[in-house]
Amino acid sequence: MAPEYDVGSLESVARQIRALIIDTAHAAGAGHTGGSLSEVEILTALYFSFLKVDPSRPDWEERDRFILSKGHASLGYYVTLALRGYFPLDSLKTFDREDSALQAHPDMHKCKGVDYSTGSLGQGLSIGLGMALGRLKKNLQFMTVVLLGDGECQEGQVWEAAMFAGSKRIPKLIAIVDYNKVQLSNTIDANLSLEPFSIKWEAFGWNVLSVNGHNIADLLSALSRARAMAERGPVVIIANTIKGKGVSFMEGNYEWHGKAPNDQEYIAAKKELSDR
Amino acid sequence: MELGEEIAQRTAFGQALVELGAKIPNMLVLDADVGPSTQTHLFGRAYPDRFIEVGIAEQNMVGIAAGLSTLGFIPWVSTFAVFMTKRAGDQIRNSIAHARANVKINGAYGGLPTGRAGATHSAVEDLAVMRAMPGMIVMDPADPREAIACAQLAMDIEGPVYVRTVRCPVPVIFPEHHKVALGKAVKLHEGKDVAIISSGMMTPRALKAVEVLEGQGVSARLLHMPTIKPIDVEAIRDATESIGTILTVENHSVIGGLGGAVCEVAAEHAPCRIKRLGFPDIFLESGDDEVLFGRYGLDSAGIAAAAKALAEGGKKG
Ligand SMILES: Cc1ncc(C[n+]2csc(CCOP(=O)(O)OP(=O)(O)O)c2C)c(N)n1
Repeated sequence: MAPEYDVGSLESVARQIRALIIDTAHAAGAGHTGGSLSEVEILTALYFSFLKVDPSRPDWEERDRFILSKGHASLGYYVTLALRGYFPLDSLKTFDREDSALQAHPDMHKCKGVDYSTGSLGQGLSIGLGMALGRLKKNLQFMTVVLLGDGECQEGQVWEAAMFAGSKRIPKLIAIVDYNKVQLSNTIDANLSLEPFSIKWEAFGWNVLSVNGHNIADLLSALSRARAMAERGPVVIIANTIKGKGVSFMEGNYEWHGKAPNDQEYIAAKKELSDR
Repeated sequence: MELGEEIAQRTAFGQALVELGAKIPNMLVLDADVGPSTQTHLFGRAYPDRFIEVGIAEQNMVGIAAGLSTLGFIPWVSTFAVFMTKRAGDQIRNSIAHARANVKINGAYGGLPTGRAGATHSAVEDLAVMRAMPGMIVMDPADPREAIACAQLAMDIEGPVYVRTVRCPVPVIFPEHHKVALGKAVKLHEGKDVAIISSGMMTPRALKAVEVLEGQGVSARLLHMPTIKPIDVEAIRDATESIGTILTVENHSVIGGLGGAVCEVAAEHAPCRIKRLGFPDIFLESGDDEVLFGRYGLDSAGIAAAAKALAEGGKKG
């Protein structure tokens, strides 16, 4: 279903997404820039290679499901969906504005391609689990992928869902954690460490893969291993990333969690991105 | 089931789910380790493949139901009302109500009767919480037959519905095949001195109170409100205009439930004297259901006394 891209072209898609994230945030004066920049390669690998989806048939019953559980990072998601053909790039200009399909947090009833509405952290994995259970009951074949934030993994509900999926060995369910080490108000380690993170998921009955979440080739090979492993039970990919990736003054800085660049910052950010 | 027979609503509701399950193959039931208490275990026994026990994890239960609903299943989530509406309150709000998921929510153990479990288990605010959620339909059935009718109506509606049931036995007051209409009060008695508006298990008590009042020369109109949201605006307006004094009676806090809803409507349409009977702004405690109900005037004698005082106090009270 996905067009065939080599790693080089996917890297160029990722560069485009990054630039559009900055453009859109700047134009809107709003958006969660840091967590959108950290998820770029993950979303690129998913939407331009891994997920069996068809933008012309967003309700296709056998499409792979994707839930952006860290719904605040909608900016990166919308840019990806637009580039993948779900809606025109022009729509990005309406991001976070009144009457827009592109609400601050993804709304399944407003935005084409969004499989579930999110925004309150901690809820997406349970919803994905429900989809995976429903798939089993209906004997469909699609895969369900849920992208979580690392800060989000401090929520108890994530572990309720992890316990259920792990102990029942629910197949065709993949969680990806955007492990960018930073949350809203500080670093993860300063607020509440997740470590030993892999061991926690393993203890909850999940198969764990760790990757560099900015390396497309790594992501693709982890995803393809995950697809095979997910036949026997849930798989989590811990994607090591950098919050604000690509813009030096945003990288690893929690102050860029929920902020859009002003005119000066915009020019500086765009220059850095185009120099890469 | 005979008129006047006392049957626990939860049992009637549990059996209703089994019957609905026979007719509706895509209906599922999820519970969080209280199936024997909420009686959803009846469904679990009848349809083991369509019953999901999630463990003591209410938030995850609601999320799973949301996901299942995207595949055309119609899931019921069920646990004690107190935990259903608050422990999983944000999940109900965001994963169900905002997403307009076709999930049905059963708050078992509504209000005071919890089998002596006390403050932590008595849902005194579930109707208020659910009523404030945009798009949520809220039902508070009176007797076992109406609990069955509400379960059926919930399945006929596309979208989220909250149905509250109570643990204790309640007398059957409605005939067989009783039906509930959304936003329609049921007039159980006509009168002119005072209007009593009740919901849930308080309605059978209010019905007794009306008889007591008649013996005392007080003529009361009794309106039963099976759906708190949408509420019957016309019936309330008519009561305010033609009678001019209202007593609301509910197994719930006086804040935000039936009494609150009636006051909102009356205040905007035709203000009149209203007295709300329910729990004052407190947590309940453990003990005998009837002793505790009696403390708040939520027995037939208490309802009759409050109605009589209103009728005699006139419109200004
Ligand atoms: C339940 C809930 N609590 C708080 C918030 C506010 N909030 C939005 S984003 C965020 C930090 C998220 O951090 P993380 O999951 O690490 O996301 P990322 O760094 O990838 O942006 C917080 C606290 C929320 N959206 N939901």
